[in-house]
Amino acid sequence: MEFRRCKWFFGHAAAGVMVLFLLAAGPVVAATDDEALGIKLAKQAVRGDKHWTTVDHSRIELLNQKFMSGDQITQACLTCHTDASMQFKETIHWTWKVPSEKQGIMNGKAGHAVNNFCISGNAMEDKGCLSCHAGWDGTDGEVNCLSCHGKEKFPFKVTFDDLAAFEGDDDPDIQEIVSDLHKGIQQAVQNITLPRRSNCGECHFKGGGGDGVKHGDLDTSLTKPNRMLDVHMAAEGADFACTRCHTTVKHHIAGRLYTRPAAAERKSLIEDDMATKITCESCHSATPHKAHTKMNDHTDKVACQSCHIPEFARVNPTMMWWDWTKAGKLKDGKPFVEKGEFGKPTYKSIKGEFKWAKNVVPEYFWYNGSFDNIGIKDEIDPQQVVEVSHPLGSPDDPNARIHPFKIHTGKQPYDKVNKQLVAPLLSGPKGFWTTFDMDEAITLGNQTLDVPYSGEFDYVDTTYAFPITHMVAPADQSLDCIECHTRDNSRLAGITGIYMPGRDKFAIVDTIGLIAVLGALAGVTLHGLGRFFTRNGREE
Amino acid sequence: MTGRTLNKVYLYTRFERLWHWCQALMIILLMITGFEVHGLYPLMGFDTAVEVHNFTGLLWLGSFAFFAFWLIITGEWKQYIPTTRKLFDVVLYYAWGIFHGKDHPVQKTPGAKHNPLQRLAYLGISAMLLPVQMVTGLLYYLYNSLGGVSLAPIAFIHTLAAFLLVNFLIIHLYMTTTGHSLFSHIKGMITGWEEIYDTSRIEEWETKATTKQT
Repeated sequence: MEFRRCKWFFGHAAAGVMVLFLLAAGPVVAATDDEALGIKLAKQAVRGDKHWTTVDHSRIELLNQKFMSGDQITQACLTCHTDASMQFKETIHWTWKVPSEKQGIMNGKAGHAVNNFCISGNAMEDKGCLSCHAGWDGTDGEVNCLSCHGKEKFPFKVTFDDLAAFEGDDDPDIQEIVSDLHKGIQQAVQNITLPRRSNCGECHFKGGGGDGVKHGDLDTSLTKPNRMLDVHMAAEGADFACTRCHTTVKHHIAGRLYTRPAAAERKSLIEDDMATKITCESCHSATPHKAHTKMNDHTDKVACQSCHIPEFARVNPTMMWWDWTKAGKLKDGKPFVEKGEFGKPTYKSIKGEFKWAKNVVPEYFWYNGSFDNIGIKDEIDPQQVVEVSHPLGSPDDPNARIHPFKIHTGKQPYDKVNKQLVAPLLSGPKGFWTTFDMDEAITLGNQTLDVPYSGEFDYVDTTYAFPITHMVAPADQSLDCIECHTRDNSRLAGITGIYMPGRDKFAIVDTIGLIAVLGALAGVTLHGLGRFFTRNGREE
Repeated sequence: MTGRTLNKVYLYTRFERLWHWCQALMIILLMITGFEVHGLYPLMGFDTAVEVHNFTGLLWLGSFAFFAFWLIITGEWKQYIPTTRKLFDVVLYYAWGIFHGKDHPVQKTPGAKHNPLQRLAYLGISAMLLPVQMVTGLLYYLYNSLGGVSLAPIAFIHTLAAFLLVNFLIIHLYMTTTGHSLFSHIKGMITGWEEIYDTSRIEEWETKATTKQT
C-alpha cells in the first residue's frame, strides 16, 4: 500500500507539473510580437536625416561671372572648397584604376580589367567611354564638380562651344543670345546639391551603354522608385540618396572595388557609430528579425539580399546576353538597329546581338565581398566558359554569405595564339564602330594597353557577375523558405558545402528508412492476414 | 477458449496514461512535421512545419524529463530491466502460437506490465532511440549557436532514427490488436484497466521489481 500511495502521489505531482510546463512553454517558445530589431535600429539610424546647409550658392558673387570654360567653373568652386579637386583625383571615380593584388596588374576600366559589354576603356583612349568621366575633358584638365553636385542637367559642352563661336561678335541679337547662355550657365552652376540618385545614376544606371544594360539592380527606375521596387530609395518614403549607404569620406565613396570588399568588417552602428553604412548590418544589425525567429540564424550564411530581393529588373528590363560575333552586319552598306520586346535593341551593327529580361531570378554564389576577375593579361581556356568576373567565397569562409547575382553572358573576342581576352577600340575614326574591322580594332585597342596581339582572334563564351544588392523589396515580398528548402528547383540548388533541410538528403538514410517502413508494413500485414485466416487458431 | 476467466487489472496509472498519450501525440506531430521538413511532402508549409516541429520537440524534451523523474522516483524503471527468460517463448508465441490459439506465455500484472519482448523493445526505444532523437534534435535546433558544428551528421542520425521510429510505431500499433480482442490493449491504455485471462501463473521473478516495496 505504501508503494501504491507513493506512486499515486508522484504520478499526480509529475502530471501537475507537466501540465504547468506545457502551459508555460507556449509563450516562452513562441516568438514575441515586438518590432524586429533590424527595423527598430534602422528607424533610429534615419531619424533626423534632413540635410541642412549654411551656404546659398546663388548669393556667391564669384558664381555670377561669365564662365567661358568648365575649368573656370571648377576654379570658382575651388576658391572655397580648396581641397575638393585634390581629394577627388585620388579616387577611382577619377582614375578608373585600382591596384590589383597581381604583380603589375591594374584593375579598373582604364586598367587591365575587361568586361563582356564594351570590353575595355582602352586606357581612356576610347573617347566614347568618357561621357561618364567626371571631368570636363577626360583626365586632362579639371574635375567637373557639377557631374555629381549639379542639380540641373545642363549641356555645358555645347554651350561653351557656342560661346566660343560667338566670341567677338558685336551683333546685338548675338549679344542677347550670349547673355542668355551665360545666365543659363550661372543658374546651373549656382544650383548645387549633394549627389542625388539622378547624379550617380547618370553613369551607374546607364553603364554599358544604356539604361539597365549592366547591373540589373540599378537602372533609371530607381530615379523615382516606389516602395515595392526599393524600400530604401522609395521617393514617397525613405527616399535615400546613394550616399546614405555609400558612406563618403574625402570623396572616397564606399563600395566594392574589384577584389577589395566594400567593408572590411561587418559592424552595426551600435558597435561603431562612425563605421561605413555600406552593409545591411550597419543599420539593421546581424539579428534583424524578430527575436527567436529562425531567420536570425540564417544571417551568418545567407546575405540579406538573397531573400529580400526576390527578383531584379522589376520595372525596367536588363541585358542578359551580348553576342559580339554578330556585330558588323550592314544593311545597304549601313549599320542598323533592330528592336524587340520591351522596345529594347536586340541587334546593333556596332555591338552585336542582345537579349533582355525583366523580373529576373538571381543566381546564387558564396561571396565574401571580393571578386576574381580575368584581365587582359590573364591566360584563358577558350574551351571553357570564361568567368571574366566572378564572386569569391566558400562555405568555410566566415566572411562569405550566399549572395544573389546577375550573371551576364556573352561572346567576346580573344587572341587565339596568346589565349588572352582582347580590348578592341570601339569609338573614334579608327574604332570598330566606324570601321567594322574587328582585327584592326583589336590591334589598336591592345596597343593602348601595351598588350601584344598575335593577329588571330576568335570569340569565346564569357560570364560577368554583378552582385544584386539594390531593389530591396518590402518585407512581405521576401522569399518563402520553400524557395530554397525544397528538393526540386531550389534557388540554392547550385550551392555546395552545406546541408540544407528540405533540399538535401542522404540516399542511404532514405533507402534504409524506406525499407524499415515498408518492411514493417509488410510484416504486420502478413502477420495480420495470418491471424485472420487462422482465426487466431481458435475453433468456433 | 472457454471456461477461462477474465480478470480486470488496473495496469496503468493516470500519469502513465496521460504521459503515454501526450508522448504519442507529440511524436506523431514530430513525425508529420519532421518528414515535411525533410522534403518528403508539402503539407503545412516549410516554415510552419519547422516552427511546429521545434516547439513540439522542445515540449517533448521538457516533458520527458518529468517522465524520467517519475520513473526514477517510483521505481517503475525496473519494469524495463531486460530479461531473456521467457523471451524466446514470447517470440515463439508471436511467430507460431498466436496462429494456433495458444495463450500468451507472459500475462500482464501491475508488477510486470511488459513481457520480455516489450521490455527489450521499450528499453531500446526509451533508452536508445528516443534519447538519440532528443540529443540530435537539440543539436539540430541549436547548431547555429554551437559554432563549428556541421549539420550533415546531425541530420543523418536524426533522419535515420526518425525512420526507425516510424517502423516502431507501425509495429506498436499493430501489436495493440493482439490482445484478447482487437481493442483490448488500447482500451487498457485509455482506462488503465486491462482485461487479462487468468491462466498463467505469475512467477516470482516477474514481480520482483515491485514486490520488495509492498
